[in-house]
Amino acid sequence: MKNQSITLSTAVAFAFMGAATTASADTLRLLTWGGYAPEEVVAKFEAETGHTVEVTKSNNEEMIAKLRATGGGGFDLAQPSQDRIAGPQQEFGIYKPIDLTKIDAAQFIPSMLEATKINTTVDGAVYGVPHVWGTSGLVVDTKSAASVQDYTDLCDADVAGKVSYRLKRPTLIGFAYAMGLDPFAAYGDEAAYSDIMSQVEAKLIECKAGVKTYWGGGDELMGLMRSGEVVASMAWDTGGWKLNADNPDITFVAPASGALGWVDTFVLPAKGKADEAAYAWINFVMQPEVAAMITAAAGNFTAAQGADAYAADDLKARYQASFPPEAIDNIKWYPPVPAGLEAIEGGVLDRVKAAN
Amino acid sequence: MTPDLECTGLTKRFGQTTAVENVSFAVPPGSFFSILGPSGCGKTTIMRMIAGFLDPSEGDIRIKGRSVLDVPPNKRPVNMVFQHLALFPMMNIADNIGYGLRRAGLAKSEIDRKTGEALERIGLPGIGSRKVDELSGGQKQRVAIARCMVLEPDVLLLDEPLGALDLKLRERMKVELKALQAAFDTTFVYITHDQSEALVMSDNIAVMNQGRFEQMGTGRDLYYRPDTAFVAGFVGDTNRWRGRVEKEQGKSIQLRTESGMILRGATHGRALHAGDHADIFVRPEAIRIAHSKDELAHFDNLISGHVTSMLFNGAASRVLVCGAEEGDEIEVNLPQSGEFAALKKGAAVHIGWAGDQGNCFAAGAT
Amino acid sequence: MRNEAKLGLALLLTPLLLWLSLLIFIPHVDVFLVSLRERVGVGTYETSLANYLTFFNEPLYLWTFLRTAVMSVLATVITLLIAFPVSYYIAKMVKGRVQSALFLLCLVPFWVSELVRTFGWMILLRETGVFSSLLQFTGLSSGPVEMLYNDGAIMLGLVYTSMLFMVVPLVTTLESLPDEVVEAGYDLGGNGLSVLREIIVPHAMPGIVSGCIVVFMLSLGNYLTPTMLGGKESLWFTELIYSQFIVRFNWELGAAFGFMLLILSSAIVWGMLKLTGQSLEKTMG
Repeated sequence: MKNQSITLSTAVAFAFMGAATTASADTLRLLTWGGYAPEEVVAKFEAETGHTVEVTKSNNEEMIAKLRATGGGGFDLAQPSQDRIAGPQQEFGIYKPIDLTKIDAAQFIPSMLEATKINTTVDGAVYGVPHVWGTSGLVVDTKSAASVQDYTDLCDADVAGKVSYRLKRPTLIGFAYAMGLDPFAAYGDEAAYSDIMSQVEAKLIECKAGVKTYWGGGDELMGLMRSGEVVASMAWDTGGWKLNADNPDITFVAPASGALGWVDTFVLPAKGKADEAAYAWINFVMQPEVAAMITAAAGNFTAAQGADAYAADDLKARYQASFPPEAIDNIKWYPPVPAGLEAIEGGVLDRVKAAN
Repeated sequence: MTPDLECTGLTKRFGQTTAVENVSFAVPPGSFFSILGPSGCGKTTIMRMIAGFLDPSEGDIRIKGRSVLDVPPNKRPVNMVFQHLALFPMMNIADNIGYGLRRAGLAKSEIDRKTGEALERIGLPGIGSRKVDELSGGQKQRVAIARCMVLEPDVLLLDEPLGALDLKLRERMKVELKALQAAFDTTFVYITHDQSEALVMSDNIAVMNQGRFEQMGTGRDLYYRPDTAFVAGFVGDTNRWRGRVEKEQGKSIQLRTESGMILRGATHGRALHAGDHADIFVRPEAIRIAHSKDELAHFDNLISGHVTSMLFNGAASRVLVCGAEEGDEIEVNLPQSGEFAALKKGAAVHIGWAGDQGNCFAAGAT
Repeated sequence: MRNEAKLGLALLLTPLLLWLSLLIFIPHVDVFLVSLRERVGVGTYETSLANYLTFFNEPLYLWTFLRTAVMSVLATVITLLIAFPVSYYIAKMVKGRVQSALFLLCLVPFWVSELVRTFGWMILLRETGVFSSLLQFTGLSSGPVEMLYNDGAIMLGLVYTSMLFMVVPLVTTLESLPDEVVEAGYDLGGNGLSVLREIIVPHAMPGIVSGCIVVFMLSLGNYLTPTMLGGKESLWFTELIYSQFIVRFNWELGAAFGFMLLILSSAIVWGMLKLTGQSLEKTMG
């Protein structure tokens, strides 16, 4: 009950916000992830363009839920992952196409720009351009859990009681790959995907006894790893690198079956009111030196051409340690999630959580 | 005969203050005993010690000859009618009355029978299923007493239970309480600050002040023969003057008040000598009023003056008379014979009273 | 004059009506309408009861609701058992400044957000946390003890969060109980237990009922405490609603869940009132 009222009041609040900000077209309401719009970058942007930026931090699910509540209003620029654009767009129509002529394509790494354009095309229109990319894999305390090399190794007896992962879709996909299955290939085939998911479900239930807890937020995972209560977990690469800075034993490991690659994009909400400011922001943050500032804040690399040159050396070193060349080739990039797939995964996650 | 209640050397101290100091008394079976005193005199403390809610610092409490100091309140053979009656609002009348019987573990049929009897006894049969707040003040009063009496206590304590009632009802309840006490034939210990309640109902009264008993006796004793200046002042209305003893003649003394009036009074055996400061108390009803001096010739106190104020109060009407010396007003009962019906403010009158009606006490004792 | 009175009445009623309609009635109707939609294809919906059928046909959902309800009832009972003596002490045993100070102490935890409070419990209960270290330090335990991530931790968090909402109505009703009524209970032969049962508890009943309703509803609707302190199996019904709305994009099922929560929790409260012979009117009066 609490939640339904939260959602609805959010909807009401956003409706009012949308109405209230009609006049100020030079205010950019940015719906993004923590670290993607560091204060120094915002300050620099505001100084150079005269636009003001309001930053709302969120995650994929909440971004889509918020935009859905208002039919794509309340924000002028959002940053969901590229695999979460086509499905919600078909289902809810919450984005509007990007005018690629207003984007300085030369600032992007061409292969990434092309891949993202393909993945976010609905009915011939492109809805997203890439911004930050990264992977999820394993964070391992190499001293006490060196044996963990792949997702399924989290079920090993020698780390029982000291592992953790999220009960979210990346876990399902990761386990599926580690079990030798190919979930991405089955995206278009609901029956095949259900079959894969039920195998994963069985595996996760089998592993459940050895899991300390299913972590919910990044801070919680950091706490668990730092205190040593957990020695191996599924996590994002940046989380592992952050921990590595504090404790050299802990680091991000690309799993043997391949890290899962994600790309967070720029999309224009359907009822966005400051498109010019949005394009200005995109072109501004894709400049190599600005992109490097974001990399420093978020810990992840961007799709900006030439930004590597400005990135901090220690970050580059960690990246190279975690990703030998063959591991980079092995990254499984998330394809667009077909609408309705979440229902299958949701059932699996619910049953895993409820299982004893 | 063993007294129903006997307190010896009862003392209660709260930190530095002594609320009750060395109080001893005995209440014979079947009598109505009152403790009369101003608020804060310690009478409620005595009551709570008897009921068991407070432990005495010193002294003993015996009920029917047996010390109850070690007995908790719920086991003492005394029950209490509280100031605000403390009926249980969450129960109906029958359950209120039956509460103590249920605690005593009586059978349901027995409880019903006794409750019915008690309601009969207090003249309210058939109200058992009513709620507490549906009753009038007087009815609640009777229920509160019945609630205690069904337990057949050795002593019933009553803590100013009439205080919350209006005047008319209070007057009626005084009579009724006395009748109930006779009907139940139980020892009542009643505390009050209202002297009329104490005087009307009690067989014996103890007047209490500042933690001590000033005097114990019948209402008549206290009224006519107060032992202390406090009792003389507290029990009943009275005129009071302070002055210096000029002469002593056996049991009577002559005293000059601070304003210069010469008054004669009686010592009633108290040591007072010429030169001592003393208080003299004279009740308004002891003073005669007359149109001519001759009618009062046989009194040894005689004052001529004029009426300064008429206090009409029906049968209890009074006048204030001012003597030759300004400043001393004397309150005098107005006879209802009709002789003074025409008395007006400012009229010249003569007043007089017998010297032994003036109670003298050494000054300083309040 | 009549017109002025009408205007006054209208002004008085407006906030109430606005509140009722804008924040209570309309959202609920909206949620109800959403819950009646069934997704049949991409972007197409039909009116049906399919979402409610899902709730009843999927044992997991029903089971989670039952679990949540039973845990909430248990949390309510435990809160009552702890809060009653605390409230009695505050209302009856102490006076003046001590009373206000104790009352204030009950309030202090609510000056920080629920999130911070819950984090506080996590610091205390975790394997490398304060309690575990203390147990090892005192030699009561040979190794680290994990007290977090289980139903006990949820219960602890719920009781802690709910305490104030039980203490306030209890203190209020207990304060209105005259001391002499309690004394009369003893004077007439009652012992501690019977005075409690026959006098104090019946008198405090309105406070107990309203406190229990509030605590039960708060526990049932709590999201943060169960998700953060709970363990691997600790599913909470609000968590299901959250994930339907936010993670699965399935507002239709989420709305149906929300409505079921509203109906079932009202039914539970009603049933409990009937069972204990209480009524809402008595509690409010």
